[in-house]
Amino acid sequence: MTAPAELERPEVEDATTSDRPWITIVWNDPVNLMSYVTYVFMTYFHYPREKAEKLMWQVHNDGRAVVSSGTREEMERDVTAMHSFGLWATLAKDD
Amino acid sequence: MAVHGFRRTLTGRIVLRVDAVEKGLLTTLLEQLVDFVAPEPEDDDDDPLHRLVGIAESAERPEDPALARLFPDAYLDDAEAAADFRRFTERALRDTKVAQARTALDTLRRSGDKLTLTEPEAGAWLGALNDLRLALGSRLAITEDAAEEFAALDDDDPRAATYHVYDWLTFLQDSLVRSVMPTAP
Repeated sequence: MTAPAELERPEVEDATTSDRPWITIVWNDPVNLMSYVTYVFMTYFHYPREKAEKLMWQVHNDGRAVVSSGTREEMERDVTAMHSFGLWATLAKDD
Repeated sequence: MAVHGFRRTLTGRIVLRVDAVEKGLLTTLLEQLVDFVAPEPEDDDDDPLHRLVGIAESAERPEDPALARLFPDAYLDDAEAAADFRRFTERALRDTKVAQARTALDTLRRSGDKLTLTEPEAGAWLGALNDLRLALGSRLAITEDAAEEFAALDDDDPRAATYHVYDWLTFLQDSLVRSVMPTAP
């Protein structure tokens, strides 16, 4: 797959500090398999299964989930990777 | 059509089991995917440096809904940023998707009905199957209640045949995800 760049980065929980002002949002769609979305979150972000599944359910139930945060460049990289996996993702300023 | 699909063997190999008919159908679908996602001929960009680094002179959101789903806007509320992002990334993304489909096509040329895949080949299959499902799903205007909706279609409805293929690709992709899913917590 075109292995997307794998980045080391802190957990999303400490996201809302001023040096991590951008977020990547994954949106729900009716095609992507829940198992596949979980797989993408585990393999690209290296999230543990529990966290990956929690984010997957958030996408499914709420229609969207914030899956990562960081600089604009980092989020553009994450969005590019999500698009290469076929997930519908956007980035936005976290305000 | 016989149900086969992907699995990981006890010795850790990833195997795709397909008969000749399934191979033929997958080959046709993947060839169509290559044609569908391949970058446009670069007739409007004479800058060799742009071509070299994969930057498009201009890039607009594709009008075809299936292409728009495969190459979505990266910014919701900022058309200028979305266009810039697309200019710098869409061509490379199209190349990636073409390469994935071609890798999958290469594995289908192997003889026999039991194809052993390397991990990178399995990754390419995963992406290509997902792209096929996104494209077909968009054509069918799939919803989350698709199964009931499409089960109710008459067999002579052309969408029924497409949905049948979509449903089979869903089965294949699910079997592949289960084969490659990390086992660590």
